[in-house]
Amino acid sequence: MSAVAQESAAGTGRAARAGIQLVLVLFALFYLLPLYVMGVNSFKPLSEITGGNMMALPQVWTLEAWGAAWSTAQIGVEPTGLRPYFLNSILMVVPAVAISTILGALNGYVLTKWRFRGDKWVFGLMLFSCFIPFQIVLIPMAVTLGKLGLAGSVPGLVLVHVVYGLGFTTLYFRNYYAAFPTELVRAAQIDGAGFFRIFWRILLPVSGPIAVVSVIWQFTNIWNDFLFGASFGGTSQPMTVALNNLVQSSTGVKEYNVHFAGAILAALPTLVVYIVAGRYFVRGLMAGSVKG
Amino acid sequence: MTGSPQPDFRTRLQDWLPKLVLAPSFAVTIFFVYGFILFTVILSFTGSKMLPLWKFVGLSNYSKLWALENWNTAIVNIGIFAGLYITICMGVGLMLAIFLDQKIRGEGMLRPIYLYPMALSFIVTGTAWKWFLDPGIGLEHILQSWGWTSFHFTWIKDGDFAIYCIVIAAVWQTSGFVMSMFLAGLRGIDNEILKAAQIDGASTPQLYRRIVIPLLRPAFMSAFVILAHLSVKSYDLVIALTGGGPGRDTELPATFMYSYTFTRNQMGVGASSAVIMLMTVAAIMVPYIYAELKEKA
Repeated sequence: MSAVAQESAAGTGRAARAGIQLVLVLFALFYLLPLYVMGVNSFKPLSEITGGNMMALPQVWTLEAWGAAWSTAQIGVEPTGLRPYFLNSILMVVPAVAISTILGALNGYVLTKWRFRGDKWVFGLMLFSCFIPFQIVLIPMAVTLGKLGLAGSVPGLVLVHVVYGLGFTTLYFRNYYAAFPTELVRAAQIDGAGFFRIFWRILLPVSGPIAVVSVIWQFTNIWNDFLFGASFGGTSQPMTVALNNLVQSSTGVKEYNVHFAGAILAALPTLVVYIVAGRYFVRGLMAGSVKG
Repeated sequence: MTGSPQPDFRTRLQDWLPKLVLAPSFAVTIFFVYGFILFTVILSFTGSKMLPLWKFVGLSNYSKLWALENWNTAIVNIGIFAGLYITICMGVGLMLAIFLDQKIRGEGMLRPIYLYPMALSFIVTGTAWKWFLDPGIGLEHILQSWGWTSFHFTWIKDGDFAIYCIVIAAVWQTSGFVMSMFLAGLRGIDNEILKAAQIDGASTPQLYRRIVIPLLRPAFMSAFVILAHLSVKSYDLVIALTGGGPGRDTELPATFMYSYTFTRNQMGVGASSAVIMLMTVAAIMVPYIYAELKEKA
């Protein structure tokens, strides 16, 4: 509790406090509204949405829309549902997150504990790469993936996400390791421990908090990515692209209930991660990485 | 790592090992980031249509670009969008953070509710808001069926207002995250300073205006950088929410670049628009990165 809270708690009137509480609750409702709309309507038969009210609870609860979204809905030209695309996303996310986090940890270790001339330039160049608008790399990336024979494949997407995630993971680990006492590393060096041994035995055991930040950040960014998936996904499109194809399809009746069920399916993995580990994410992010 | 009997070789290897470990990441960055930027910059001076062609045409892509109505719409839109998005997110975020910091009941429950939209993909957010703002089944229909028959809300179908729908959805997604940045800033303020000000007779609003908000400068900086960078990149939200429509009225530079490059076969023009985007981002980011590196010298 900060002093601001304590002092102003005493100084603020009862009515003002009630007003504040009301505003906070109203905003909570605003944030929950779209989730409520998606959730409620995904359990209705279509006729209840088009003929009824989006805010109303279902009169008939049904899992039909969920089944359709998962396995039978028309995605593009194939009636496959979202299932194969969900699998594509998993196959893309897991290696991309693992590789970029491990490399980021090693880079952060080198940049803080094995400094060399020009290391700041190396870091500066990697840091700037976090913030480029990806439009600037789309055309050469398409050419390169074609040349490598990785166009339209999951390994191609893994490569893309590792390359453009490295800047962030390096930033996180570098700022975190910068606060770790270098004397401990020097002492271990004098005792004869080598580069990897020091990393493995001294740095890695204390890296938990920042590893959580790096993994959550990479997981949400890569799972939620649309631009790269749409540009380079080919026949291995990720979940976001498939969801967009489902929702934007112009043929036939708009099956709102299926769209909502699909949207929740696409959101589920990142939502679970935030609910389980969101607290550690914000805490770690604030403690180490984003400073003004 | 070992294997050589010469101790000399081992120590030399230990000296080189850190650089060897860093080298692949650095090489990849140089090639895939800076090499690619160079590629796109060069491409923007060529007459490429569907595929890259190395026939140089000088600055004609840039003059073509600025003469295009779509690009000018995109520039106006990014101005409206970024301006409103950044201001509203910061305003809402700061207000919620200050309110939450008043020893509020249920803080532990409210915080994750404010934060969860940040976990969602813009495609999911876009899908949810697209149907909620749709006059046929969404908000307008709901309020009319509740008896407010004269209620109309057709912004998403109206070329002049659709861009504000994108602002609403984007604010919904990010403002809670900005709140948590400000809240972390508030909780980090030294209590002694505040006590001293209170003894000097400062009222609560004065305390916030004169002392607390200026102390939050780092949080404002971080929030601004993150929001500015998100708004230039915003591509998926437009695609999911309006598809750039009605007509091309919600075109943003990101959607413009994509459609000119990949669907309209004007790769040279697309590349030049990407270069403009990069220059805009660099103007914001380079000073920030420079400060970040200097501070930790």
